[in-house]
Amino acid sequence: MRYLPKSPSERQEMLAAIGADNIEELFQTIPGKFRLREKLPLPGPLSEMEIIDYFKDRASETARDYTSFLGAGVYQHLRSVVTEAIVQRGEFLTSYTPYQAEISQGTLTAIFEFQTLMAQLTGQEVANASMYDGSTALTEAVLMAQRITGRDKVLVARTVHPEYRQVLATYAKNLGLEIEEINYAASGHLDRDALSPEKIAASAAVVVQSPNFFGVLEHIPALADSAHSSGALLVTTIAEAVSLGIVRPPIEADIVAMEGQSFGVAPSYGGPFVGVIATRDKFVRQMPGRLAGQTTDAAGQRGFVLTLATREQHIRREKATSNICTNEALFALVATVHLCLLGKEGLREMALQNIAKAQFALAELAKIPGVRRTFSGRFFNEFVVEFPRSVKLINSALLREKIIGPLAVGMHYPELSKRGLLCVTETMPRREIERLVAAIRRILETPV
Amino acid sequence: MYPADYRYTEEHEWIKVDSGVGTVGITDYAQNELGDVVFVELPKVGAQLKTGQSFGTVESVKAVSEIFSPVSGEVLEINSLLVDSPEKINSDPHGAAWLVKVKLADPREIDPLMDAAAYQKFTAEKAQEHSA
Repeated sequence: MRYLPKSPSERQEMLAAIGADNIEELFQTIPGKFRLREKLPLPGPLSEMEIIDYFKDRASETARDYTSFLGAGVYQHLRSVVTEAIVQRGEFLTSYTPYQAEISQGTLTAIFEFQTLMAQLTGQEVANASMYDGSTALTEAVLMAQRITGRDKVLVARTVHPEYRQVLATYAKNLGLEIEEINYAASGHLDRDALSPEKIAASAAVVVQSPNFFGVLEHIPALADSAHSSGALLVTTIAEAVSLGIVRPPIEADIVAMEGQSFGVAPSYGGPFVGVIATRDKFVRQMPGRLAGQTTDAAGQRGFVLTLATREQHIRREKATSNICTNEALFALVATVHLCLLGKEGLREMALQNIAKAQFALAELAKIPGVRRTFSGRFFNEFVVEFPRSVKLINSALLREKIIGPLAVGMHYPELSKRGLLCVTETMPRREIERLVAAIRRILETPV
Repeated sequence: MYPADYRYTEEHEWIKVDSGVGTVGITDYAQNELGDVVFVELPKVGAQLKTGQSFGTVESVKAVSEIFSPVSGEVLEINSLLVDSPEKINSDPHGAAWLVKVKLADPREIDPLMDAAAYQKFTAEKAQEHSA
């Protein structure tokens, strides 16, 4: 596609064709209060060399040579150069979903494999061709539950990622969907005593994350029982997909909304990532987004097509199941290639290393006087630790030693000040964990 | 082709009223336009339908179409046969593939609807428009 701007005379020609004298006339139907009156405060144009210099400067600001213990929705995991080599091939390097099966068998086959992998990992019967990310996937899953049950309220665990909850609240605001948040217990799990059958019976779904924002694994089978016995669905979201290498998949959930970044996608700038929706076969027509299906062509050969597209925006306009009309085909491909390289055993081994290293880090940290874990529930590779001092103070001291420390949990949960959320994945060498522990010990021994 | 004791809408639904209960379906013309039906979405028993409002969808290999209610009233029964055999809509649209049974809020609501002869004429005109 070429990006050639229109010349002034071409613009005049186009305006004349629609009977407008000037651009102002073209925009007159937009109410005055929504019109921009002054020019945008943007810097002037740059030459090619100036642009290259500008981006070199920005690149040099990146935190190189830092060791990061941040997780909270974005995870550092092994990424193979093989994945990169495959996805950068010209045949694949497009973010667009192929509508024309005649010319897109390679991409459609890869998407079909992605769906198969996601369905198997999440323990569900069907998965779509991907969503934007975990937060939008969760929101779409909740809207799906609203359509299926006809109930206009959802019960959302406070242990669901705070930013996922913000995205959900933004959508819900104008859709007549009421959200009630359910608090957590001392173990770090959703507080099941706060979930009465009456409350569930008035709701479309109970929404939980596992491992949750505190890293704690929720009791999916029991929560599913509670939801189902009062006619609601269980929507489970997963932010750390590598956990599925060792944790029992949420097979009892009715809809699984997952962030797939952990499967070979770089943390980048906090995106772009790849979302997943997986569900039961009987809900497939309420599932938003693209779906690649296997079929046979006129010659009886196996082939792949986009299927069930009649409910999508390009056909059904405002009555479509979702107004997200695109997906993340390239990152779905990254996840597919990554998982195929790892294999079943590789993913399990990776997940085990996460558990082992996170357990080691916690045990070492807990040896520091005044440092202890906040919650008791079982966790995967993240855990919340209480410090005798503000997390922000500790972090600014850690930064001087080129360590990016724990997330200050108090920024999302005011009642949890002085608590830090740490993530330790398979990429973290033992010596770096020991360096973190030694640094925190030293910082806490220094008088304020 | 079109049963004489049914009434018909411009959106190609039919209704047959018997002691205040209306059986609703889509017409042979509608199923022919849609092509192979693969899925039917119906309201829940007890739902309140309003005249002219969508109460479900019929999905064919080509499109998803709304079904509009010819009358107002409460849904007494839905045709569970269509859950597993939506293709019945293609083979027997005026019989076995009825969609819902409705308790009419006002039996006079069917008076302005077309009778079989009027509907036949209406669809013939439609067909002519298409071929013109």
